[in-house]
Order: sequence, then C-alpha cells, then structure tokens
Amino acid sequence: MADKVQLTINGLSVTADKGMTILEAALRKGIYIPHLCHHRDLDPVGACRLCLVEIAGKWTKIAISCKTEVTEGMVVRTETPEINEMRQVAVELLIADHDTDCLKCARNTQCQLQRVADHVGVDTERLARLREREEKQPIDDSNPFFNFDPNRCVLCGICVRTCDEILNIHAIDFAFRGLKTKIAGFGDKSRLEADCESCGECIVRCPVGALTEKDYKKPTHYVKSVCSFCGCGCGMRLGVRHDQIVSVKGDISSPANRGRLCVKGRYGFRFVNSDERLTSPLIKKDGKFVEADWDEALDLVADNFSKNKGEKFAAIASAKATTEDNYVLQKFTRAVMGTNNIDHCARL
Amino acid sequence: MKFSEIKKRADEEWNQLQQSSDPTIFIGAATCGRSAGALKTKKTFEEELGQRGISANIVEVGCLGPCWAEPLISIQKPGGPNVFYKNVTPKKATELVEKFIAGDDPLPDSALGLVGDKGKYDIPVLWDLPSFKSQQRILFRNFGFIDPTNINHYIANDGYSGLEKALSMKQTDVIEELKTSGLRGRGGGGFPAGRKWEAGFQAKEKEKYVVCNADEGDPGAFMDRSVLEGEPHSVLEGMIIAGYTIGAQKGYIYVRAEYPLAVRRLQDAIQKATDMGLLGKNILGTGFDFEIELFQGAGAFVCGESTALTLSMEGKRGMPKASPRPRTTEEGLFDKPTLLNNVKTFSYVPQIINKGGAWLAEIGTKDSKGTAVFALTGMVNNCGLIEVPMGLTIREIIYEIGGGITDDKTFKAVQTGGPSGGCLPEEFLDTPVDYDSLTAAGSMMGSGGMVIMDETTCMVDVARYFLDFTQKESCGQCTLCKLGTKQMLNILEDIVDGKGQPKDVNILLEIGEAVNGGSLCGLGQSAANPVLTTIKYFRPEYEEHIDKKRCPALACKALVSYRIDEEKCKGCTMCVKACPVEAITGEKKEVHMIDQSKCIQCGMCMEKCPKKFKAVECLPGRLNEGGK
Amino acid sequence: MAGLATSLGSGAMTNAIDELGGAASILAIGTNTTATHPIIALKVKDAVKSGAKLIVANPKEIDLCQFADVFLRHKPGTDVPLLMGMSKVILDEGLEDKDFIASRCEDFDAFKESLAAFDLDTVEKITGVPQDKIVEAAKIYAEQSPASIIYCMGITQHVHGTDNVLAISNLALLTGNLGKESAGVNPLRGQNNVQGACDMGSLPNVYPGYQAVTVPDNKAKFEKAWGVELSDQAGLTHTRIFDACHDGNIKSLYLVGENPVLSEADAGHATDCLKKTDFLVVQDIFLNETAELADVVLPATTFAEKDGTFTNTERRVQRVRKAIEPVGNSKPDWWITCELAKRLEAKGFDFEGPEAIMDEIASVTPSYSGISYARLEKGTLQWPCPADDHPGTPFLHGEKFGTDTGKGKFKPLEYRKPGEDIDSEYPLILTTDRSLYHYHSTMTRRVYGLNVLDKEELLNIHPQDASGLGVEDGQMVKVASRRGVVEVKAKVTDNCPEGTVSMTFHFSETPTNLLTCCELDPVSSTPGTKVCAVRVENL
Repeated sequence: MADKVQLTINGLSVTADKGMTILEAALRKGIYIPHLCHHRDLDPVGACRLCLVEIAGKWTKIAISCKTEVTEGMVVRTETPEINEMRQVAVELLIADHDTDCLKCARNTQCQLQRVADHVGVDTERLARLREREEKQPIDDSNPFFNFDPNRCVLCGICVRTCDEILNIHAIDFAFRGLKTKIAGFGDKSRLEADCESCGECIVRCPVGALTEKDYKKPTHYVKSVCSFCGCGCGMRLGVRHDQIVSVKGDISSPANRGRLCVKGRYGFRFVNSDERLTSPLIKKDGKFVEADWDEALDLVADNFSKNKGEKFAAIASAKATTEDNYVLQKFTRAVMGTNNIDHCARL
Repeated sequence: MKFSEIKKRADEEWNQLQQSSDPTIFIGAATCGRSAGALKTKKTFEEELGQRGISANIVEVGCLGPCWAEPLISIQKPGGPNVFYKNVTPKKATELVEKFIAGDDPLPDSALGLVGDKGKYDIPVLWDLPSFKSQQRILFRNFGFIDPTNINHYIANDGYSGLEKALSMKQTDVIEELKTSGLRGRGGGGFPAGRKWEAGFQAKEKEKYVVCNADEGDPGAFMDRSVLEGEPHSVLEGMIIAGYTIGAQKGYIYVRAEYPLAVRRLQDAIQKATDMGLLGKNILGTGFDFEIELFQGAGAFVCGESTALTLSMEGKRGMPKASPRPRTTEEGLFDKPTLLNNVKTFSYVPQIINKGGAWLAEIGTKDSKGTAVFALTGMVNNCGLIEVPMGLTIREIIYEIGGGITDDKTFKAVQTGGPSGGCLPEEFLDTPVDYDSLTAAGSMMGSGGMVIMDETTCMVDVARYFLDFTQKESCGQCTLCKLGTKQMLNILEDIVDGKGQPKDVNILLEIGEAVNGGSLCGLGQSAANPVLTTIKYFRPEYEEHIDKKRCPALACKALVSYRIDEEKCKGCTMCVKACPVEAITGEKKEVHMIDQSKCIQCGMCMEKCPKKFKAVECLPGRLNEGGK
Repeated sequence: MAGLATSLGSGAMTNAIDELGGAASILAIGTNTTATHPIIALKVKDAVKSGAKLIVANPKEIDLCQFADVFLRHKPGTDVPLLMGMSKVILDEGLEDKDFIASRCEDFDAFKESLAAFDLDTVEKITGVPQDKIVEAAKIYAEQSPASIIYCMGITQHVHGTDNVLAISNLALLTGNLGKESAGVNPLRGQNNVQGACDMGSLPNVYPGYQAVTVPDNKAKFEKAWGVELSDQAGLTHTRIFDACHDGNIKSLYLVGENPVLSEADAGHATDCLKKTDFLVVQDIFLNETAELADVVLPATTFAEKDGTFTNTERRVQRVRKAIEPVGNSKPDWWITCELAKRLEAKGFDFEGPEAIMDEIASVTPSYSGISYARLEKGTLQWPCPADDHPGTPFLHGEKFGTDTGKGKFKPLEYRKPGEDIDSEYPLILTTDRSLYHYHSTMTRRVYGLNVLDKEELLNIHPQDASGLGVEDGQMVKVASRRGVVEVKAKVTDNCPEGTVSMTFHFSETPTNLLTCCELDPVSSTPGTKVCAVRVENL
C-alpha cells in the first residue's frame, strides 16, 4: 500500500492516495472544508483563504488544505478558534462585497458561496458593522450565450484557470489591482471582443452566479446522448424540460471528450426547438409547397419510386443521420430500388 | 585581456583624474540631483568655465545621500581637498567659478564639508559632520566620488576584483564567505544570503537563473535606485559572482520602468562590462559564461514579491503564488532554480569576497550583520539616504543623522519598512535598527523606508494613507488582502471623516489580524501592520476621533474647526477675501467671524492671516454654529 | 478514404483520440483542428503541454501554430512534395524503421525510387517551405516516437487528394508509426456520423462493413440476408449522381439531410442538376435551400428526438438517445424509409426500432458483429468489434494490415499540379475552410448566438494582395472564379499567405461554393475545393 497515506482529520482516520491534497482527502471522506477557488480539474492556487486547516507537528501550523499534500501520520484539524475567526472574517468580507440578492441569481441553491456561508454561519450583527460595496459594476452581457456579473464574482480565478489550463486559450485574466480587480479580456475587452471561443467551460465551473447562461432554464432531467455536429462525437447530457432541450452538459464518462464541449456542442442545440423546423410533409403543387399528411406524401413518393427503380434512381444519404438510418436507406436503395446509386457527403 | 591589465588601465585613468592639473567638478547627477536641477547647474559650470577659458574636468557622479542639500556638487582643485557644496543653483555655480575656481575663496558658507586634507580651508571634514559621523559607508563608499558610467572608475576602486577573486575560488568557498559574513537579504525578508546561494548551488537542474530584484516600490523609498544609478557595476559584479557560484549562465535584472536613469545606467554598465570581457562569454578567460538582461517592470508593487516577479517576467500577470510551494531556488523563473536577491544584497557581495566574510561580520549586531540603508523622510531636518551599521538606534538616526525634528516639533512616531511596516511611538526610540529588533517591536526592516512623524501627524490618517496604498496595490486574488484592506480602508476613511462608530476599532483589529494571519503572500500578511500598530500604540487617538469627533493632531479636516480670536483680529479682511466659500463675515476694522455651518476647514484663513496677528486658530473637534 | 483503404486496408482513423495525449510528436496537416474538431484540438494541446512536439503544416497560419514547434507553411496543393520531401530526409538520414518496413510493408523499392524526384531544392521550390524546416520536421516526426498524424479536408479535398493521403501513409509506414498506441494516420472525419454512414455502405461501391458490391461472394451474402436479388455494378458517386440528374439519366432522387446547394463544390452546377431532376424528394429538418427545390419534402427528426447510434471519427460507436418527442409531425429517418419500403411492398423493413436495426447490422457487418444496444448501454465500443465478448479496437493494424496481403503498401508518387491553374485573369488561389461557430449551415445558422459570434462570410486576404488591389479591411469585394461570382466582405490578415485567399461556406447569403471547382480526384471522386483560381475585385 505504498501509494496510500493514512492521516487523521478531525480525529477521524482517513486513507488518502499519495499526492492528494488534504482538501481532496477530506472531501472524499465527506468532511467538508469551506473552499471557493478549488476545482478538481484545475491546479490549486490557494487564493480564497477559506480552506485553512491546522496541521499538528513540531511546529503546529496553519496551512491551506487545497495545496498541502497529505503525508503519512498527518494530524489535521479543520477548525480551531484561530482558523474560525479568520474564516468568519473572510466570509463576512465576501458577503459584504457580494450581490446577495440570491433569489434573482441563476446559481441560487447551487452556489458555493452560499454553501460556505451556510457552513461558517453568518452573524447579522457582525455583518452589519461592515461597509458594503457602494457602486454596482456593469454586467458584461456582450456574449450571446452567457453573462458575466462582476457583482457576483468572488475572483476565485477558476474561469481564468479553466481557459488557460484546459483550453489553452487564456482569453481572460485578472485585470487591474486592488478592489478594481476583475476578470476581463486582454485590454479590458468584453467577453465578446476577447479571444473567447464561448465554449462555456468556465460557465460550468463558476462556483457562484458570476458566469451564468443566458435564458437559463433548469432542466427537469438529463438524457445521455452524443453531439450531432462534428466527428469528435462528444458525449453530452441533454437537459430536458417538458418538450424542449434547454441546456447541455458535457458527459464526463465519455472517452471522446471527457466532459469537455465546444461552443457548438454546448450552445448549438437550440436548432432542435427552432421555430423553423419542418413539422409536416410538404408537396409542391403549382410551384408552391402545400402541407400534406404522411400517407399522402409517402404514397406520392412511393408511386414515383416504383416507376424509377434501378439506375434511374439514386439516394443521397446523410452523415448527420444515425447509423441505423443509413443502414435502412442503403438497404432500401439496394434491396428495394435495385441499384447501388447511393452515396453521401463523405468527401465534403 | 587579463584582469591585471584591465586594472592597470583603469588605475591609469583614475589617477589621471586624481592628479589632474585642472580642477575637477563632480556633479551629483542621480535622479534626486537631477530633479533638484543638477543638470542646469552642470550647464552653468560649463558655460562659466568656457567663457573664462578655464579648462576643468566635469564628472557626473551618483548620489552622496543628503537629499536636503541637492543639487550637491563637489570641487577638487589640483592638490586640494574635495569640497562639497550644498544647494548649488546656477547662480551659486557662477559664484563658485568666479570666487573659488577662478579665485581662491572656497565660500565656506556654501560648503557642506570636505574630503581630504583640510589644508587652509575653514570647512569641516564631511565625515565629521553629525549627519555623517555615525554613518558607515560600505555600499555608498563610492557614491558621489566616481562616474557610474565609467567602468574604469569602478575598477580603479576595487571594482571587479571581487569577481576575479571569486572565479579563482571554489563555489563552495564563495558560499562559505557569504555565510561567514552573515549577510542577510536586503529586500526585506532578511533570509541569510549564504544559505540561499547554497540552495541555488545545490539545485540539480542544468538551467538556472540569477535574478536581481530592482522593483523598488515602497512609496518614498529610493535606496535601490541610488545604488543602480550610483554604482551599477557593483550589482552586476555581485550577480556574475552569483552566477558563477550557483552555476547559472543567465541573469536578469527586474527593474522598474519608472526608473529611466537607472535603466540607462544598467544598460550602459552591461555593455561596458561585456566589452571588457567581464560579462558574456568566457569571462576573464575562465571559460565561465554569464549574460545579464534587463527586464522592465510595469509598476505593480506586488511584483516585488519573488513569485509574482518571476511570473511577470514570464509574461504572465504578476501575482504571488500561495504556500506551500517550492522555494524559488528550486523552482523559480521558467520553473528553473533561480537565485533571487535584492539590488543591495548583490552589491555587498564583491566587497565581501574582496575583504572576506569576517570583515562584514564585524559590523552590526549578532544576527544582523553589516550596514542598513534607509531612506530617511518625513518630519526630519536632514532627509536623505543614509547607511548606518546595524544596531544604531532610531534615536541616533533621527537626532544625529537626521538633525532632529523639523521646526523643533515633538517626535510622535517612526514608521519603517514601507507601506506595510508598523508605526512605533517614542518608547521605541532606543530600539536598535536590525531585522529582529524591529520585527519584535511590531514593525520591520523592510527594504529600508523610514518615515518620521511629529505631533502634527494624525495616526489614524497615517494608517489610512498606507492602507490606501496597499489596497490599491493588492493583486486582487486573495480574499483577505483584497477585501480586508478595502474594508479597513473604508472604516478608516469613515473615522477620519467623522463617521466612525464605537465598534470600529474592534472591527479593525479583527479584520487586521485575519488579514495578517491568513493572507496569501508576505504583502498581505503585513498589510494590516500600520493599522494594528497605530491602534496598539495610539488607541486613544482613534477613540478621540470616534467618540469625541476630534482630531488631536489637527490633521483630519472633518474633525477640526477654525476660529478667529476676537482679541487678536484687527479686521484686515485678508481672511474674508481668502475664504473660498464666503464663510467669513466682517467689515474692515471689524472683528471677523467664521460661520461654522459654511466652513469647509480648508485652512486658507489661517494661512492668510498676517503673521503679526495670528488671529486664526485651529481647534480639534467641530464647533457648533455659535462658534462654541 | 480511398487512399488509406488501398495502402492500409481501412480508411478510418487508425488510433483513438485519447491516444493523441500519449504521442511524442504530432503532425497536423491540412486540418484547422481548433475550428473543425475543437475537442480533438484540446487533446493536441494537452499533448504539447505534456511534452509532445507539434508540427503544423498548413498554408494558413492557424490557431494551432501558437503551440507548434515547427510550422510548415506550404503552398496550397503542394502536400505531396512536402510529405515526400520529409520521407526523403528520413531515408537519407537513416531514420526509417527498417524492421517495420521489412516485416510489415511491401512495395518499398518503388516508393524509394519515386523519392528521387523530391530532393530538398525541388521541394523547397514547389512548396515554398525552407529546407531546414522540412528537415527539422522530418527529424521530429521520425525521432519522436510514437508519432501521430492528423489530417482533414485540407488533404482530401484536392484533385489529387488520394495522392496526398498516400503520401501520409508512406510517411507513417516508413517510420513504423502504425499499429501501435499513440501513433497512426488519423483522418479527422467531418460530420458527426460520416464514419457510421460509410460503415453502413452509404457508398456506391460497398455494402455495410466495406464489403465490395462487385465481389460475388458479398453480393450473395447480402442477397441471402435480404432475400432479394442485388446489382453487381457499383453505383454512381455523389458528384456523378448529380451529373446523371442533369443529363436526365436519373429521374428520381431521394436526398436525405444534406444541403448541396450550399455545400457542394461548384454549387451553381449542383443547383442546376437538382432543378433538372424529374422527381426530387428531400428529407430534412429544415426547409433549407435544397429543400426549396424539392417536389416532396419529408420532415425528419433531429438527433434529440430519436434513438440510434453515431460512430465518431475514431470508430467509436455511441448511443444517441431520444430526449424529447418529435417536433410537430416529424419522423425519424429510418421510419420514413421503412414506410416507403413497405409501400413498395418490400420485405425486411418492419423493424420495431433502431435496436432491431442494429441487430441486423451486426448480423451482416463483421466489424459490428459484437455490437448491440445492450453492450452500448454499458459504454462505447470502437470497431472492429467482431464478437460479443470482444472489447473493441482502440488502434488498428496491430498485427497485420487490412490489405489483401496483410502488408502495409508503400505507394510511389509523383508531383502533380494543383487542380486549377491561376492565370492573369484569375490570379489568386481560393481555399475554403470552416468556422468554429458553424457546422455547414442548416443547423447552426438557426442558432441565434452562433450568428452573433460569427455573423457573416469574410474573404481572408493577405495585406500585400489587398493593397495591390486597393482593398481595405472590412470593405465589400467581388470574388469571381471561372464558375461564378460572389460579393463578400474582405478581412485583411496575414493568416493567409500571399497569393491565397480563403472563405468558409456557411452563409447562404454568400454562397462560396458557386466559386469552387468540382474537378474530381480520379480515385475518390472528391472535389478539389481547396484550390480554385479566383479574381478579387474592388467594388
């Protein structure tokens, strides 16, 4: 068991993998340590200062659990009076700086700041002593798919690291200093003007309501499927609400994309419920399309096809359709129409 | 070329200047001198000498230190001492040419002091002056005496002989000398330089870097700038020795772009050292290669922090990396082992190698060896750069070197260590200046700022001032630093604005302790020092602001009042005319009155009231409308 | 596809996407991966981050170049000399994998002989790539093993696209970069299910599983399976079908889910063909430009409204699941086709649903034999998956190649000029490419946000060319080829090399394919849309 490490967290014996951080080990064991800037897909930065723990030893020290690796026999406490005081102050500072109109926030009930506040406990009286941030900052709603609300941003940098570490695009970064610090495109460009490719990976990872999808509707359930755009074949989970697809998530279990999606995959689904969808068979009469029922349309087509069997017939199949659709069409062409005149756009 | 030949040529040039049959005029032309008009003074000398047909050597030199005496020049006539003159305006320059150079009157009243054989001059020896007597000039030894753009001046004054010696030593021996010297990093952290170099030497990787931190960002601090402008070669020499010692081939100097003269001096020095084979390929024929490149920082204070600095050099945003993380000597610039030291630290090295570590170890205190460099500013008579042995007391610095408090006012506090240092009251005046004593007192050595405050300084306002700086310079990633400093600043602003609430002092303490205890980097971990120390030592002053709405130092506009003394007012209407808001009434020859509801406490009335009357007074607290 | 099938025995990606992460070097040629296959591009970037060397070969300076160790900016249509030049360097430097060549390949000598024509001087002259870069790239590819090659339409859509592909497979065979993990020759397939459509024999010459229609045994097998007599003549290819419609030889065309009016090369001609077709049935989800020409339009469902499978570019068969009810009165494609079959009194079309169809697929397609919905429920499978207990095949050719002899075949090649010559009348080369924000046009043009992010066609033109024509950034210009004319906004950028302009073809407002050339590759019948001579005029 050389790759396992035994440690104690809050008196509980915890087995962790070698190389794991204290935070990861604790979370896996079900011990919550407040945190905002940690994300499992990203390198730790230790910026939010919430995940402080005490590590016993010759010199007992306070350290951030998201960057400190577990060691054999380590004894960790996640709460001490000193840590609690610092954590309390940090949370109060965050709340005083945050737009706390949670009911109007798309991330309500899934917000990590809410979770942290809930865990630490907010004392209204203590909070009232602080000065709230006076001026509201403008929302960046330039991108057609998502908004950035700096008033709800906790500057955890997860979006910046996502764009840098996962996408290697680095379209956004911290800009300015001090309280004016914000996440922006190079030269304070808006999300639309920045090098952003709108893949939405940062939206997915934002722990608070700073980055949210436009027109977001919460799905009632998800259906596992595959993206219908390019040949990558990214696994995705279609968010369904009544008769509509309302959002899309990357499927982490898919070996093709490991949960990642591009702008088309994540936001391109809206063609499905487009008003322009064909909803009825159409038959051209006197140069104009007239709606028909299936029987009428199919009879008309079958009648024509029956007269043009063999080399007078050809089918163009679709690389967008399913494998099953294609099988049936080529079988139809070959077995029913008696010709091998079938092809598709493989070369385009 | 062999070093002995280089040295010989340099000595020749230097001796030529020393033994010149012409007078030599040394112009203090560092940034401080220039902003005081040194270049105009220099031009006047040239013109005056030209008109009179007198041939003379005019040499631009670095800064001697005493800012209050700028423009500062010195004149050495053949065979005579080097006489320093203070506040040499063009007019004074003309006079000096006429009376001293052309004539024989050394104008003792204009002189600061002299160096060399006093001879017939009735001018005190510079080093005997109170403001120099307790100084010990190691880093500054050549400042004011050599031309920083002349590499031969440096070499003639032992320059690059430390490098020559180091290159003949084993790398571990160089490290041993450093360890013996007890030199600690001069950037503020005070980490033992020998140990850092050893770690750099022991780092396994092939590619290593030496980086000089010249991102001097503390407001009012200009020690590094003076070194870079006054003797850039000493920094280069220290870096080359470092490169040789740890096994690096490349060095960088991270210098503020706001230091254009320092940048030019460094560029010039790098070029000249390279041309002489002291830098670049095969240094002094030893086969050791080392090159130095300048990197100009864009002015973020936080980039003085080591990890932020290296990130900035990599083209990323300069933000400190949180601990635990590898030391810079393990993983620094481009993730390679990097030896990062401050300008002054490198600058000490050549002399340590030359004279041996034991030489430096004799200077200073048990744990703080050598000298300390301070930029002495604030309410003190002799502002400027000083270099003192570690262990000198704050009192000695203020009252001897600094010449006491301006206008004979009362000392109130001293702030050391830059914006995140602490403010120490009178009881700490006898604290020796060294790393550990200052830290124990609640302040720190920092990189060497020292601000003296007198009775007219409001400590709440001072805390506000420094917080305003740290807040604006916070990198913005760490919750406690970014939001904590802002929250404290807001509260302090309220207090000086008369809107303080009884609980505010406690909140300041709570937030301050959390910020210092939990922030990500060294800057955040000391950001609350000005607040915490002023509360610790001057709490009643806070309470007076909050509870009584009075500023006892009369510095917070919202918490003072102006009143006209009926007895003293002669009705001259000067104050009536000066008042920008027409708050003062009264006809000529009548006693004037200030309408407190209109008064904005700008103080114009007090300023304009003729000195002979002194009828306007400033009182702590706000008077009610009747003037009570 | 035809190229790889002859040299390696399979036209599909030899390796899995994930394996790119383990490659020591990657050659990306003729693919603007970040735009066309964004998620694969992430894999490439991941690989670079973990130390892989990246070589990008492209006439345009694409985004991936930022991560490249070497960028080979060859002139459009000069892939063969570039790749053959690299092969020659490898051979001259003795970096070839002699064991692999000896034990697993054949026809090496003829190939070696043909390399003589590709000395570096000649190659530099033709491709415009400096010799030292070609040498550097060749060394990286040969020495940093395993080495993966990824390519796309920039290789295939040429009148000599098959040669391009063969030049790639030569390079891989030469260095033994086949039949092992993280190596391979990887054509990135465009459409989500172009692999599945090919696998299913939506091709004129093969039955499902690439079983040639001209082989009597195959014909017999399918006649037995389907209970009918079948034709032993290969059918017409896509482009020939259109020509046959034009000439009146084909009377009835059943066109499913495609928009040739916009996507077909020389689209003007394609439109003419469709107009001349006696009876055109279009089955699609939108009334697109092609459907407008139909006699009957049948409304199909999207992927979200039906069950089925897609096979992605790495041969991975994955389940598509019905998430919502069909919109309006639309129906799944398979259902519509089956209904037509039943009306034509055919047997074997009474499938209960896609699962039953897959069962039949498995029964007639050896590479799909082990695939069933039950297994796909547990995870995805990469074909070949010949048996119920077979785990699928992440990389091909591990033991032997799929060719008749089981050997990888070297192919001697010669340089042939790109399809269309430029002349004083049409002095610029137009090459087509794609935008990250669109997939063709039918679907993405109907997503509002994507059209905010990429709202109009732009002609990318080098500053030198632009200033010569007096064209400024953002102004409208006229682009004319020997086949058509379009008006388009100019974007002056040095992403495009001098002498070459580029456009996408996502916008019906600016039908780029009116310009492109439909001269075909003689083997694969792929049109050479990547090289077409045009003239740009100031409006």
